[in-house]
Amino acid sequence: MNLRYISRRIVHSILLLAGISFFSFALSQLAPGDFFDEMRLNPRISAATVEGLRVQYGLDRSLAVRYAHWVRSALRGDLGFSLAYNGPVGPLLKARARNTLILTGTATLLAWSLAIPLGVWGAASRSRWSNQICGLATSALLTIPDLLLFLFLLLVAVRTGWFPTGGMISPGAENAGLWHGIADLALHLFLPSLGLALVTLPVLTRHIRSAMADALNSPFVRAARGHGIPRTRLLFRYAFPVAVNPLTSLLGFSVATMLSASLLAEVILSWPGLGPLLLEATLAKDIYVVVGTVMLSAVFLVAGNLLADVLLFATDPRIRVE
Amino acid sequence: MERRFKLPAALFLLAVFHAAIIFAGFFAPYDFAAQDRELPFTPPTPIHFVDQHGNLHARPFIYGLSADPASPSLYKTDPTKEYPLYFLVPGAPYRIAGLFAVRVHFFGVHEPGRILLLGADAYGRDQLSRFLYGGQISLLAGLLAAALSVSLGVVVGALSGFYGGWIDEVLMRGGDLFLALPWLYLLFAVRAALPLHISQRQVFLMLVVVMGLIGWARPARLIRGVALSARERNFVLAARGFGASNGYLLRRHVLPQAYGVVLTQITLLIPQYILAEVTLTFLGIGVGEPMPSWGSLLSSLQQYYVLASYWWMFLPALLLIPLFLSFYVAADAVQERLKSIPL
Repeated sequence: MNLRYISRRIVHSILLLAGISFFSFALSQLAPGDFFDEMRLNPRISAATVEGLRVQYGLDRSLAVRYAHWVRSALRGDLGFSLAYNGPVGPLLKARARNTLILTGTATLLAWSLAIPLGVWGAASRSRWSNQICGLATSALLTIPDLLLFLFLLLVAVRTGWFPTGGMISPGAENAGLWHGIADLALHLFLPSLGLALVTLPVLTRHIRSAMADALNSPFVRAARGHGIPRTRLLFRYAFPVAVNPLTSLLGFSVATMLSASLLAEVILSWPGLGPLLLEATLAKDIYVVVGTVMLSAVFLVAGNLLADVLLFATDPRIRVE
Repeated sequence: MERRFKLPAALFLLAVFHAAIIFAGFFAPYDFAAQDRELPFTPPTPIHFVDQHGNLHARPFIYGLSADPASPSLYKTDPTKEYPLYFLVPGAPYRIAGLFAVRVHFFGVHEPGRILLLGADAYGRDQLSRFLYGGQISLLAGLLAAALSVSLGVVVGALSGFYGGWIDEVLMRGGDLFLALPWLYLLFAVRAALPLHISQRQVFLMLVVVMGLIGWARPARLIRGVALSARERNFVLAARGFGASNGYLLRRHVLPQAYGVVLTQITLLIPQYILAEVTLTFLGIGVGEPMPSWGSLLSSLQQYYVLASYWWMFLPALLLIPLFLSFYVAADAVQERLKSIPL
């Protein structure tokens, strides 16, 4: 029973990924123009040479043949061939994906560890003004465009000089020992992850607050309060586990927001993740890199949702009974 | 603020923004492309009431600027040159609704004075004028894309929820594909598929269509939910019993119930799509120069020297906050009103 639920979810995810792969591949292939368009404009390269290159890289074959080729290459871990980098896409994406995961992982941790106390406090605080200040602050954050927020953080870095304006490690920090390396990484990580956390914070806080408010209104909490159970214990031992349920699905959903925001943050704050790579590839029409990056983002998102489902399964007995 | 003033205040702000942007030619003191290369990066012009001799003027005025040959990036105000501020002054010609050639501007100063309330960019172009004209691109893109998304969502959601069965299955699985991708990645993927060097009009249309096509899945899901519950309502069953056709039921009974969802979804999607256009243009894959858009106004901030030295380049982005806030407040208010009306 248990295994069936999870395995069904896994099969569904795999089918979804297969669908996305075909969709994004077809999209990029149906497009007019390709990587060699710029060469065609160059009078010193003959039309025959360009045609030859297209044949060499298989751009003249049919969509089905290319997709079959791509799937085979994807299963090998190559994910196609980057025309701009002149090498397989897989290794190119690996380092970038790791950096993106470091950034979004830190930001997710930061956002949740800020949002849970804020949301719980917002739902539990009786006094109206503190509650309203909390609500106002989250609404204000919600209306600030993330673009503006990231630019402001970049301004902070440029003006104060306290933080690096981009990159992941300082030159020379690679062999400076483990602790020094971690401190250096943390310094580089601080602004981008703070920005990402602030972008996702308002939505998280709102959901946590409403979930907590629902839980606090339920009769068993009132009964527990009537029995004289202390407030902190009531909040975190009684009400919070009930409120966690909708939040687990929120964790899965928030991955999508996080990844999109991360793309922009990485470009503006020069974090060497998937974002800058995707922008470059888009501008150069390096299709396999674009398809690979989009696929990878879908994998992250599907994995996040799957993780949320499994967590929900673990925390909510009602699903197991079904 | 008092709750009942929220919606009127938001609607008022939205009306102001839209009027200023629709009649950008009238409210902008200059043309969006008018350059003054002698005075790049002019800071916002302060408006004075008291002149250097301490005399109070009834009509506000500004001082002229002159470039300092010693340090080209600094300007000296020239207190001998005063330019009084006039309303409804003649200036650069523009067209209203593409028809009537007009020269009257809402406010301005006489030449050679220049009033730059939000400062100027690297080419000495007035940022306020560019913001207003840029809104014609960014706001229109947001409105059109949101309308497109929601209408697609209505069609798909209503069909899916009303007919159910395999139609529902196919349409919703298709929607899953769109929901399973982070929207910015999806936008990039579609953008990468389209040619880079096309005319600005085509770029604009393409952006609208792409953004509109990407966002249909969420409204479709919500409207599917409405249609699903409407289908089982007693009055719908009764109408069906009387021989009402599917088309009639959809039109007369199901879609009117989706009215609230449609309204909230549109209001929520507009700022998102405005931001999407701004983001793409900012990154250099949206609407390009010389057409101003809110994204291209901000894109100069990607250069560190602009970011660090010219704070007024941030002002267009700050103006977006009240605009977005009004959209969100309006969406909230609509949602709350609808909750209080029992269907």
